[in-house]
Amino acid sequence: MLSDWVIVVVSFAYVGLLFAVAYYGDKRAGQGRSIIANPYIYSLSLGVYATAWTFYGSVGRAASSGIGFLPIYLGPTLMAALWWVVLRKIIRICKTNRITSLADFVASRYGKSALLGGLVTIIAVVGIVPYISLQLKAISATIAVLFHYPEIVMPQKLAAVPVLRDPLLYIALLLAVFTFIFGTRHLDASERHEGLVAAIAFESLVKLVAFLAVGVFVTFWMYDGIADLFAKAATRAEVRSLFVIGGGTTDIYRSSASLASLTFLSMLAVMFLPRQFQVAVVENVDENHVKKALWLFPAYMLAFNLFVLPIAFGGMLHFTPDSVDPDTFVLTLPMAEHWQGLALLVFIGGLSCATGMVIVETIALSTMVCNDLVMPVLLRIRSLRLAERPDLTGLLLAIRRGAIVLVLLLGYAYFRLAGEAYALVSIGLISFAAVAQFGPVILGGIFWKGATRAGALAGLAAGFSLWLYTLLLPAFAKSGWLPMSFLDKGPFGMALLKPQALFGLTGLDEITHAMLWSMLCNLGCYLGVSLAGRPSAAVTSQATLFVDALESTRENVRFWRGTARAADLHALLGRFVGLERADEVFLKYARRHGLSWPSDRWEADAELVHYVETQLAGTIGAASARIMVASAVKEEALTTEEVMSMLDKASQIIVYSHRLEQKSRELEKATAELRAANERLKSVDKLKDDFVSGVSHELRTPLTSILAFAEILRESPHVSEEERTEFLEIIINESNRLIRLINEILDLSKIEAGRTEWRITDISLLEVVKDSVTATSQLFRDRNVHLELDLPDSVSLIRADRDRLMQVVINLLSNAVKFCAEKNGWVRIRLSETPHALRVDVKDNGKGMDLKDQAVIFEKFRQAGDGLTDKPQGTGLGLPISRQIVERFNGRLWVESAPGAGATFSFTLPVGARPPAQDEPREAVVGVRA
Amino acid sequence: MGPDIKSQRLIALFLLGCLFFGYPLLYLFNVGDTVLGIPLSFLYIFLAWALLIFLMALVAERKGP
Repeated sequence: MLSDWVIVVVSFAYVGLLFAVAYYGDKRAGQGRSIIANPYIYSLSLGVYATAWTFYGSVGRAASSGIGFLPIYLGPTLMAALWWVVLRKIIRICKTNRITSLADFVASRYGKSALLGGLVTIIAVVGIVPYISLQLKAISATIAVLFHYPEIVMPQKLAAVPVLRDPLLYIALLLAVFTFIFGTRHLDASERHEGLVAAIAFESLVKLVAFLAVGVFVTFWMYDGIADLFAKAATRAEVRSLFVIGGGTTDIYRSSASLASLTFLSMLAVMFLPRQFQVAVVENVDENHVKKALWLFPAYMLAFNLFVLPIAFGGMLHFTPDSVDPDTFVLTLPMAEHWQGLALLVFIGGLSCATGMVIVETIALSTMVCNDLVMPVLLRIRSLRLAERPDLTGLLLAIRRGAIVLVLLLGYAYFRLAGEAYALVSIGLISFAAVAQFGPVILGGIFWKGATRAGALAGLAAGFSLWLYTLLLPAFAKSGWLPMSFLDKGPFGMALLKPQALFGLTGLDEITHAMLWSMLCNLGCYLGVSLAGRPSAAVTSQATLFVDALESTRENVRFWRGTARAADLHALLGRFVGLERADEVFLKYARRHGLSWPSDRWEADAELVHYVETQLAGTIGAASARIMVASAVKEEALTTEEVMSMLDKASQIIVYSHRLEQKSRELEKATAELRAANERLKSVDKLKDDFVSGVSHELRTPLTSILAFAEILRESPHVSEEERTEFLEIIINESNRLIRLINEILDLSKIEAGRTEWRITDISLLEVVKDSVTATSQLFRDRNVHLELDLPDSVSLIRADRDRLMQVVINLLSNAVKFCAEKNGWVRIRLSETPHALRVDVKDNGKGMDLKDQAVIFEKFRQAGDGLTDKPQGTGLGLPISRQIVERFNGRLWVESAPGAGATFSFTLPVGARPPAQDEPREAVVGVRA
Repeated sequence: MGPDIKSQRLIALFLLGCLFFGYPLLYLFNVGDTVLGIPLSFLYIFLAWALLIFLMALVAERKGP
């Protein structure tokens, strides 16, 4: 069944299926019904992290080091926990600034520097080519192994195939075609490839299913489950040694430092591998998808790694040692058991891993090579007059396609020349270490505003050089391109400069050693050079956009000054993205700003220039876009001071708006308070009016009669003696009423103003009550009201003003008499003592009052009921005065009542508390003063 | 204005992960015993890994601020 042509047909059919999936994805995107715009597809597409290296290499690594394969997957899990902070920010920055590649990101952050973009591109290409060749190697090796079925022959033992008869070359070219079609069919400012992402997500599913199938097959068909497999493994010493960390045959992973450095390395790799950046950032549809991906992606990797150890142990137990390369166990185990279908599935799974990686990686690299390496150079060569060509879209596509073929062929060439020197894992780690060099400049760039372009250049260059020296050159030496003495004795015999033991640092594995030196120099130069200088104006303005990306207020700051015509910008954009698309872009802008397009009257402002530049940046990269826009408009250069002052203004505006918010909140509060005060004032005002009318009525009544009788006496000299006496009697009585009223008003305002003289002595409240009862006994008799006394034999003395307290008790008693029932009226007065206070209750059996009245009776000039229509039964000042007096001695006066149930007026006075030595003037709400 | 509460929780989980797979804790389980036939170190790593992912899912999917 597994004849050669079956394998070839199946692999081509599989790639055909990918075409179909990608075509469908693109078609749906064209209809506006995207199939990738959900977090699950996004998470699956991130699975492009799992390459052939995971698929075949993990088992190989596990066979020589136990769990040594795991840090590569634990690191990304840890990083995923930080995605909500880091990745979301990077996505936001890229969306805002139309950044479409890693190189563009770095270039844009450090002042749209073409030099930096170029350097990042070179590092990425040099670093990734071995990784691509690793994928090709995996495809080639598995094809070779599969071709020899039912024999199991290791690819190393096979004779090399001539290039033109190598099926791998044709697969590589097929991949290039696929990438052309779905990666560079048209130019789009956002550089998103929906069909491609759909295909990658599909591949992630296929490879997971294939790997899990082999895992289940080995664990449950070849052996009786996990426990059985481990039990059998434990009987073999060389396998049992893998059960602990640091066991096994490889020097790598021996120390905890190795584990930590590999975890750290893969943390950076999962962010900064060009293909990861492509799927996680550039192809991201919605930054909220990160929320699901941050646990689905680690879960995907966990599932992928579940069966790595069982397969590795199964292979070690099944094959005689060293007869079969552990890197091929995944494939050779099903073959050895003659499960041809499973073997084919495994091959397809491996193919998925390899093709997915190669496709996305080449697209990402081709974007970088085109936008950050070739275009900036071409645009600078004036003799090409590129800037004047009417349509550059064809040229851009050609450059990208050229870059794709170049990268693939470089990978193929590296594989042909050096591929056999290394196990899969080691090649992959070399690439990881290369992209890890982007860590400081990118992470530093999004959190630290002080970094300079020179610092970024120095850091990258230093890190890359050390990577080259400690990892790539030794790899070349092992491939035979350099003499081995370079490794063993150091260059020119200088032992101190041995690439794998630099400055005598030994005891570490090669990756940890290289990471230590390169990261140290990278970070050191980045920080040191940055701190030694000052960021330029361009860098400062970009730093603000990047570091404050998640604070939306900063988006409106535009660091640009100059003059430009909209028509010029339109023509410029049209040359790179096509006139049709440029029209779309301008229409969109015009609509958003309420302008009309086309129109040549537009003067472009800073915002339009920025808008066009970001659109352009999506197509040709930030640095090139900067050059092109600068050529089309007249710009005035900004100095650092000006940028800083623009920033200051912007931050001042933020501060102002914060303050404004605060002020308006305060204002609101003040308004509410004012409104409440106003309400109070109004009611007080009404009180006063009521008082004035009520009291003037009270005043006028006696005055009117006084006046009337006085006039009668004056006008009528013949009034009889009795009449005269009677009239004079009335005049005197009425005058006394007036005086009483006026005295009470004076009294109250004195108390309120704190001008009353208090005669404070030790007094017995019992005596005060008794005296008051005596003083009011006539009143009770007149009204025929029964008074009940409930008094103790003795009470503690208190310090207070005796006359004033008597005034309070008499007031309460006379009120009770006035308001108690007309028939069978009774009043009960009770005095009691608690440990800290004396209490007096005066209860009547009158009609009582509701809560509203209970609230108002203590207000001045108010009586229960309507003071104007009911005949007033007093001045309305008695209770307010009483309360003032009681409160003066730190007591409390209140009423408990319900309509129809009578009323109980009570007051308490503290025992043993000393009253204030002197009065503090208090503010009177209503200033009725003497 | 610091990071929001979701970010703070996720950063804490990152630190927890560093603890799980870092020097002292990981090596406490690195003694070569087996539990239910599975080497303890393997069991520990996979369980800790799964727990970490579970916690990340809890925090990430939590509604509200």
